[in-house]
Order: sequence, then C-alpha cells, then structure tokens
Amino acid sequence: MSKEKTEADDIGDSGIAQRLAKVEPVDNRRRLRHDNAFRILCVGIATVSVLVLIALLTSIIVQGIPSLSWVLLSGTPEPEPTEAGMFPALMGTIWICSLCALITLPVGVATAVLLEEFKPRTKVAAWFYSVIQLNISNLAGVPSVVYGILGLTAFVSMFSLFGNAKQPGAAVWEVGATYYDQFSNVGSDPFLTMGQEVDERYFLVPVEKRSDDPTVPTEGMVAFENRGDGLVPAEVHVVDAMAEMPTDPEALATSIDSLAVPGRISEKAWYYFQLPFGRGVLAGALTLMLVILPVIIISTQEALRAVPSSLRDGALGIGATPWQVVWNVTLPSAIPGIMTGSILAMSRAVGETAPILIIAGIVYIRNAPQHLMDSYTVMPLQIYNWTSRPQDEFHSLAAGGIIILLGILLSFNAIAVMIRHRMQKPLS
Amino acid sequence: MKLRSLASVAPALLASFLLTNSLSAQNTSLLGKVEIDGSSTVYPISEAAASGFTKDFPNVKVNVGVSGTGGGFKRFTIGQTDISDASRPIKAKEFSAAKDSGIRFYELPVAYDGLTLVVHKSNDWVDHLTVDEIKKIFTTEGAAKTWAEVRQGWPKNPIKIFAPGTDSGTFDYFKEVVAGEGSLRWDMSTSEDDNVLVTGVSGSPNAIGFFGVAYYEENKDKLKSVAIVNPELNEPVSPTAQTIENGTYAPFSRPLFIYVNAQSFRRPEVKRFVAYYLLKAPELASKTGYVALPKTVYAQAMNHCRGGKVGTHYLTDEMEKRSGPVTELYTPATLVD
Repeated sequence: MSKEKTEADDIGDSGIAQRLAKVEPVDNRRRLRHDNAFRILCVGIATVSVLVLIALLTSIIVQGIPSLSWVLLSGTPEPEPTEAGMFPALMGTIWICSLCALITLPVGVATAVLLEEFKPRTKVAAWFYSVIQLNISNLAGVPSVVYGILGLTAFVSMFSLFGNAKQPGAAVWEVGATYYDQFSNVGSDPFLTMGQEVDERYFLVPVEKRSDDPTVPTEGMVAFENRGDGLVPAEVHVVDAMAEMPTDPEALATSIDSLAVPGRISEKAWYYFQLPFGRGVLAGALTLMLVILPVIIISTQEALRAVPSSLRDGALGIGATPWQVVWNVTLPSAIPGIMTGSILAMSRAVGETAPILIIAGIVYIRNAPQHLMDSYTVMPLQIYNWTSRPQDEFHSLAAGGIIILLGILLSFNAIAVMIRHRMQKPLS
Repeated sequence: MKLRSLASVAPALLASFLLTNSLSAQNTSLLGKVEIDGSSTVYPISEAAASGFTKDFPNVKVNVGVSGTGGGFKRFTIGQTDISDASRPIKAKEFSAAKDSGIRFYELPVAYDGLTLVVHKSNDWVDHLTVDEIKKIFTTEGAAKTWAEVRQGWPKNPIKIFAPGTDSGTFDYFKEVVAGEGSLRWDMSTSEDDNVLVTGVSGSPNAIGFFGVAYYEENKDKLKSVAIVNPELNEPVSPTAQTIENGTYAPFSRPLFIYVNAQSFRRPEVKRFVAYYLLKAPELASKTGYVALPKTVYAQAMNHCRGGKVGTHYLTDEMEKRSGPVTELYTPATLVD
C-alpha cells in the first residue's frame, strides 16, 4: 500500500480531517504523518510486550509439559524428580489465598467506603483521613520483603507481647492441643541397634499440660499406641534399669526402661489456636493481607468514585440514610470495579514469594495444613526451590509447577470475571 | 539407658532381632515432629533423609527449611528448630548465643563437599591455580583486573568473577580459606542461586566462579573445573570423589554438618531420625552429589550421640577458631562445651 493511499483513506474516514485538509493542505499532511508514526510506535511497543510474554509462556510450556502429571499434582516433594509432587504446596497456596481473601476483602472495601462515602465533618477527622490516605498510597509502593519482616514481628511473635521474647513465635496461650509423653520400648535405642531391625514400639502417656514434668515410668500407667488407624490402649511394663533385660521378645516389646526419659509431643485438633500466631497459615495470610490491602483499597476507591453522584443524590433525595445509600446503591454499582481490583490483588498474593520465605521458611513439608496454626509452604516457594537445584529434571518440574500455578491464577480470575459480568448493569 | 552397657543389652537385642519378621514395613507407632532449617548446600541431603525416614515412619512430620547456615543457626540457638543444617562449623558468636539460651548440641558431620572453581569451557589458559593466584583474583589486596596480572603469559583479558551470596556458608568458607582475616573483593557478581553462577560463567569466556561440586557435576558440559595446587604436595589436584575423600583436594574440601539440639535429641522421633540420617549418610551423600566421609568419622559421630557428648570441635576453650581436617579434629578430645 502506498503512502498517499493510506493518508487518503484516513482523510476519508473523518469529516473534520477533510475540512482541515482543504484549509491547510501541507501542514495537515505533516500532522497526519505524526499521528501515523505515533500509532505505529504504540502498536510496536504493545507487540514487544506481547512477544516477550509469548516467548516466556512457550519456553515454560515446552519445558513444563513433559513433567505435568498426576504425581506432580498429588505427590509430596521427594529427592527423586520422577516421584516429586507439590500437593502440600498446592494446598498451602489454596489455604493462604482463601484466608487472605476472606480477611482482606471486607477490611479493604470497608476502608475504601469510609474514605469515599463518609466524608470527614471536622478538621481533626479531615486530618485523620488524609493521614490514612497518605499511608495507603505509600504502602502500595513498599517492597514485599519488608512486609515479611513486619509480619514476622507483628503476627508470628506478636511483638513478644506475651512474654515470649526468648522464643519468638512459641505458643503462650493455646486451645485444642493434647499432650503426650512418648516412650520407646526398651532395647530399641537406635544408636545401639545400629540399623538392625528390631521390634520398635512407641507408647504415648497422656499429660495434662504442656508445662508438666516428664512422666516417670510406673507399672500400670495409662498408655496408648498408634496402630495405623488411631490410638489404642496399650499394656506396658517397666523394667528396672539396673536389672537384666527380659529376653522374651514379647515382654521386650512392651517394656519401658525405669529411667527412660520421654519426649513430649502434641496432637492438634482442627480448631487448634495459639497466641502468638507462630509461623502458621494465619500469620502468612495476614502478612499477605498487608501486601495487597493498599491495592484493594485504592482500586475500590476508584470504583466508588466512578459511581455517578446522581445515583447517590437520588437515593438521598428519597430519604435513604447514608448507610442505605452505600449498601443498596453505591456498593452494588461499584462491584465490577472492586472485582477487577481484587483480581489484580489476589494474583499478586498467589505469586508472592519473598514475604512467605521469611514468614514460613519451610521448603520441604509432606502434609497439607490441618489447622490455622499449621506449618505450610506455598507453590512459588516450591518452584523457587526446584529452580535452584543443580539437576535439570528439577528445572522442568519447576516449569510444570509454574503451569499449575498459572492455571490456578487463571481460574481465580475466571471466577472474578464471571462475578463481574453477572453484576454489571448499565448505570445511566 | 545410660546405665546399661552394650554388652548387657546384647542378649536382649539378639532376641529382638530374631523377633522381627514383618517389621520391614512401616512403623506407624512413632509420632511427632522434627523441625530442620539451615544451609541450602546441606538441604538436598536433609531432604533425602527426611523423605526416606518418613517412608519408614509415616506419622512423623519432618519439615526442612532453607534459611542459610547463618539464618538456620539464628533460629537453632533460640530453640526454634531441632536440627540445623550447616555448611561450616558453628561460630563463636553463635556458640555463645546457644549457651545464653541454655542450648547444647551434638555436632555431626554428614558429608564432604568440594568447593569447585570453574572457568568457561573455551578458556584454554587456566588449567590449574595455586592458592596465591586465587588470592590475587578474589581478595581486595590482590584485586587482579586482568588474567595477565594473575600469571605471566596469560591474556590481558578482564576477569569476570561470579560468587555465591554473602549469606551462604559456601561464601564464608571460601572467604576463610582464601582471605583469612581480610575480605573478598566487592566487585564480584554474587547470587544466592548457584544456577545463576553456572549461567554467568558459561556465558563469558573470561569468567571464573566457585560453588559446590554438585553443581559442577551437573554442568560438566558447560564448564571446566580448575585443578588446585595442593600446598603440601605442591601438585595440582582436580576435585573428584576420590581426591575429596582422601583429603588431597586441599584446601577446598570441606565437611558439611548437622547440629542437633541435645534437648530435642531426647525425643524418640528426633533420636530415631538422627540415627537414620547418620546410618544412611554415605548413601544419601553420594546420591545428592556429595562425597561420603570416612567410616571412622560416622562411627565417631554415632559414639558422640550414644555417649551424650555435646559441644563443638571447631572452637577452643578461649572461643578461638580451630581448623583442620575433619578426620583429625573430630575426636572427643577436642570437644568444647
């Protein structure tokens, strides 16, 4: 296509341009050339960013597709790349992100509603509002590692408020834990048996409190044993440390040394809760809340501002209270905008690694979280760990993990987009 | 149990060996949790140990973190973890921190790592380096800008240096051997991720870098390892499993450790895990790209656990650093608690 032709087409498209062309033909051609050049520049820049994205995605997909398997999705992390999976990390990510969304959305939207819909009436209030606004804008630019460190003090150890300065994060107050003293049977000391197979039995003696003294083995004490499907009562005997050990294998298996020192362990119920929070799921979700709260507040504010004031005025005019206006008029019409902001914020939370690395710090874990205080890891951390291994097989596992992470992200977004479409109504 | 000697236990043990029939299967009766954190160099070995152990004892939860040797000790010395992975011995500062919070520990070496110096595949001039030449390249006093400054006859190309992050035990160890009390130069490209170092060195013909032998083994096709002149033998030695184990690859072969909290060690699940770790260490070490220690060292480590011998071998009573090959240093005589 020749240059003149394009220009002619453009002029033909717009009546104003045509009229201008008649008045000042030379100058106009220059203007249109600039316009064209700018358009090409914009398209070029957009193409570059799309190309980079395509290149990234293809390299990940090419590298990751072969390692995508059921094992990767449902398995535990293993040193053998072929057996390794990321189920605990997947569950960790789901726990962290759902909790984070549950906490952040109400707080974020409420803050935005306060700032936008309930304008300050006194000078002091106005000053207070501007401090909040300034803080939020600044917080949006803070690197997420800083939030990790903040979360460590604020949530994990709770500023050592509970007198736990020596052991930050250790439980001071808790509910839902049962404590046991664990004894091993006599003759199964692993440093004496040296890998030989012996009848290893372990017995649990319930104790009242965490701080109780270690149980002293006594004949006839209440003991349990875990037999695969839960605790069953077990019969234990105590043999004097100075006396000869029984040689009967049956007696040996159920005997405890009279000087044996037990180890204290705990079983935690699904509702287990402790203060301070420790390095659990809740502390992680709260830290991520700090990271994404500014994003949610600012985007909700924008969405609220975009609601035409005629709607508010109309509602107020027919006698609605400010609360009724917010709940029945402003919020419903702002939901599409709020959802868009939340999508962006949650996507950021899903991919966040740095604060979690500081807060959780665990890379190898075989269990999905069972309660709010349980240890966990998240997918970005697992992926990071695999990419830093020397073996190439782990690198392709990491690529597979990225594909799964992208899948989760897209499905999160899809749900939000669906909600947005449902709620979208013409405002005028 | 301490009162019983092995001899008096023997008949009972024999009886229990005879008893075992179906016990190669899983043991579900052991419960509990083992918390590990520390060096990313030791992590693969700990991960392999944790994975193997939980196959035998499925109800024990073993969590492993990678906070770096220093970060791991920070948590270990206030009692947050049961076991700390370390790619260097404990420092005096960390030792006294542990002391302050009443924590005693077992120091158990688990494998050898050979710090490997690597250059670009097409680099045809470097084939071995002496420790003095390494000093010229890496320290602030040496600060060689070009290869010609390192040895006469080498090209006048600028040297590009890639090194592990300053928080890693690998960096600490290298610094101690090469710079001693001095410091390594600041104008190196550092990264916590050793794969970045591999990419860096393999992308520049004038580059030199260093990291654990496992990363070199996986990238042999992209990199060339540099033989180091053994200061005592006065001849260049390449890092191989053999030279690392017999100690001729000096001074860059180093032991890796786990530190076990003595209080936690009383818990049956921790004790059982440590026993598993030490028993399987030779196998796990070679599987993860490291080199097994001599059998005598593992036996000594077991003896320490058995006899309750806590403390470090790498500090003197005056809290001065003590150094030497692990085979000589790791004896009850040098224990300081």
